[in-house]
Amino acid sequence: MFKGIYNWIDERLDITPMWRDVADHEVPEHVNPAHHFSAFVYCFGGLTFFITVIQILSGMFLTMYYVPDIINAYASVDYLQHKVAFGAIVRGMHHWGASLVIVMMFLHTLRVFFTGSYKAPREMNWVVGMLIFFIMLGLGLTGYLLPWDNKAYFATKVTLSIAESVPYIGPYIATLINGGEVVGAQTLTRFFAIHVFFLPGALLALLAAHFFMIRKQGISGPL
Amino acid sequence: MAHGHNSKEKVVYVGDSRIVKRNASNIPADYTAYPGKSEAFIPNFLLKEWMVGVVALVGFLVLTIAHPAPLGFQADPTNAAFIPMPDWYFLFMYQLLKYPYVSGDFVVLGTVGIPGLAFGALLLAPFLDTGKERRFYRRPIATSLMLLSLIACIYLTKVSWDHYQHQLEVTNTIPEHILREEQAREAHEAGLPRPNPSAEPAPIVAADDPAMDLMNTATCLACHATDLTGQGNAPGLRGIGDKLSHEEIAEIITNGTDNGMPAFADRLSAEEIDQIAGWLALQKTSAE
Repeated sequence: MFKGIYNWIDERLDITPMWRDVADHEVPEHVNPAHHFSAFVYCFGGLTFFITVIQILSGMFLTMYYVPDIINAYASVDYLQHKVAFGAIVRGMHHWGASLVIVMMFLHTLRVFFTGSYKAPREMNWVVGMLIFFIMLGLGLTGYLLPWDNKAYFATKVTLSIAESVPYIGPYIATLINGGEVVGAQTLTRFFAIHVFFLPGALLALLAAHFFMIRKQGISGPL
Repeated sequence: MAHGHNSKEKVVYVGDSRIVKRNASNIPADYTAYPGKSEAFIPNFLLKEWMVGVVALVGFLVLTIAHPAPLGFQADPTNAAFIPMPDWYFLFMYQLLKYPYVSGDFVVLGTVGIPGLAFGALLLAPFLDTGKERRFYRRPIATSLMLLSLIACIYLTKVSWDHYQHQLEVTNTIPEHILREEQAREAHEAGLPRPNPSAEPAPIVAADDPAMDLMNTATCLACHATDLTGQGNAPGLRGIGDKLSHEEIAEIITNGTDNGMPAFADRLSAEEIDQIAGWLALQKTSAE
């Protein structure tokens, strides 16, 4: 029956080339841990994506309760943590996932670096991957402020003072992300918008480019 | 139908759409066309990846249950004693900026120079390391630079973390999220509801009592705040009677605590301490 449905859609939308690319493409022997155990180093990219998906899902659930203003932000996180059913687990996954995704991405970067996979013809994919790395750091930085506890507040003050010390453009950058003179109501809503809309949007676009290129070029060959 | 199967047009569409009727030679080869022990991504390899993913997920869930996400006390911009601490993956940058030649007059080197060089080189690695050799042991420059940066980052992170622990020890500070957890556990063991820092503080009982003036002159309020809601490391005293008895409070005022409360034995008379402790013991949430 699935075959029938597939053929019916395929006849109308010609999805076979896409399906071949997404699902029926080859997994070469040298990256398959079932054949060579040491090939587990090739799993870190996939694990990064897996945790990224968890981050997106848990983040969507967090926004059901989180209130991005300085009066209620802390109380809403506290409520989420202690009163909402499974709230502690959802928030815990988002909190620890943020660290795990950095770890996995770091290991993935090291694998690509030490296997020389960034070399021609895959330079563009490396650059896109590094941009994803920076976006992830940005997500970590902006997400850190959102619980609005002292740790979040004072770390953000330090970050902003570092941004401000950049010559010429520093004060402008600081004002832009701070939304005013002090870390306060504007900063929280800005960080929230950046964390929830701007950076995830950029992240998804870059991930699409990353995956498109890896499918187009294939995984780098065995060493 | 405008375009039947018998059409003599060279391009044949599906129905009246612009989908070209499939030309079989355009379809990429499936995995069986590739050499060696290749296998299909879906479902064969994805199933294996999913099994690994599930094991990782269980570990992840165990971690979240064993260590709930930390939450300190609500941000208080006037808190001057708080030791700022970024998330762990920024510590190497944080530590770097503490060294004399990359801070103060040279801060540009620390904020733009070194990180710009390191991350710029990483971003442009394919254009800096253009040789064909891929094996890391045949690329001594790239490999050694990466290893050196790795060691530097790990070292800076470790130094920064140790410094933070040392600061906590010197200033006798317990990180707020741990303090909160302890307070919650103590309240739980005493059969009281979990202290809720975002709730309205309990009202002051018998606010016109002379003990309040005495607390002001004895500098209690300098740390515990004039409205007794506490600040920094000094806990709020409203509702303190729920947790501590008259004798326990007197003991803390007389001898101080390990958490930074100074001893007042030589500054206040025993009667004064007794008067303050007695009044504080009246501070119960449930009092009318």
